[in-house]
Amino acid sequence: MGLITNINKAFDHRIRLGIMSILMVNEHADFNTLKELLDATDGNLASHLKALEKEEFINIEKQFIGKKPNTRYSATKTGTKAFKEHIDALERIINKQK
Amino acid sequence: MKSKDYLKDLNEIKHLMNKSSRFMSLSGLSGILAGIYALTGAFFVNRIINNIKEASNTFESFVISYNSVITLILIAFGVLFLSIITAIYLSWRKAKKHNESLWDATSKRLLINFMIPLITGGFFIIFLVEKEMFTLVAPLTLAFYGLALVNASKYTLGYIRYLGLTVITLGLISLWFLGYGLLFWALGFGVCHIIYGALMYLKYDRK
Repeated sequence: MGLITNINKAFDHRIRLGIMSILMVNEHADFNTLKELLDATDGNLASHLKALEKEEFINIEKQFIGKKPNTRYSATKTGTKAFKEHIDALERIINKQK
Repeated sequence: MKSKDYLKDLNEIKHLMNKSSRFMSLSGLSGILAGIYALTGAFFVNRIINNIKEASNTFESFVISYNSVITLILIAFGVLFLSIITAIYLSWRKAKKHNESLWDATSKRLLINFMIPLITGGFFIIFLVEKEMFTLVAPLTLAFYGLALVNASKYTLGYIRYLGLTVITLGLISLWFLGYGLLFWALGFGVCHIIYGALMYLKYDRK
């Protein structure tokens, strides 16, 4: 107990970790940008986005650019807080084991 | 998961944060070349100005300076044009090498934030030239260019911030040496670009 408590299962995957990292430093990112940066397939990325949305870690905004639908994502306050705690926990574990 | 995996996680987070928010394809080499163009330009400008000073009488000096204005403007725009083309070409090459695109959200953001102080400064300088207050042109171009660099540095390689701060300092110092605008231009646009370009080249390009 103690050390592991803040490790968040929701971030226990490369793609989900990646989505949150990108949304920490960008106000929002659209689906294609995320796809390109994370080198993920449509289905894979969509399912991870859905998982994060279910946890209420990210917001989904659907809009139209001209006639093309565009979905963009942003981190919620809950998501930002959870992600920061997750990073702190990672750092503590690494420092402990040095 | 072992701690090695956690370390990998942290590195991945850092990498993605940088890649998604900063334009990393800026090339140090383009800084070095821009500096060399600027020094070459300053050398020729200096020669023209010396010719004007050495003219035997005021009429002759008037004629030479009248003819020189266009040459001076051509040199200034030539340096600017060459620097921009070089920067675009080398960034394009670096982006291609790393399989990234030259024109994406990060380069757009970089350019917009770079242009805001630069265009503001541009208007000031056009105003000064129009009123024939030439002495303040050198300090202000350096100060506004430095501010543009500092503003843009949040969206690209970190060294740009220090280049910007150095150029701002030079601009402010040159306020006390108003007759030496060309010297400060050569220092700011020439020497500083070469030094910081070399630092960036050694740190980011040679891998």
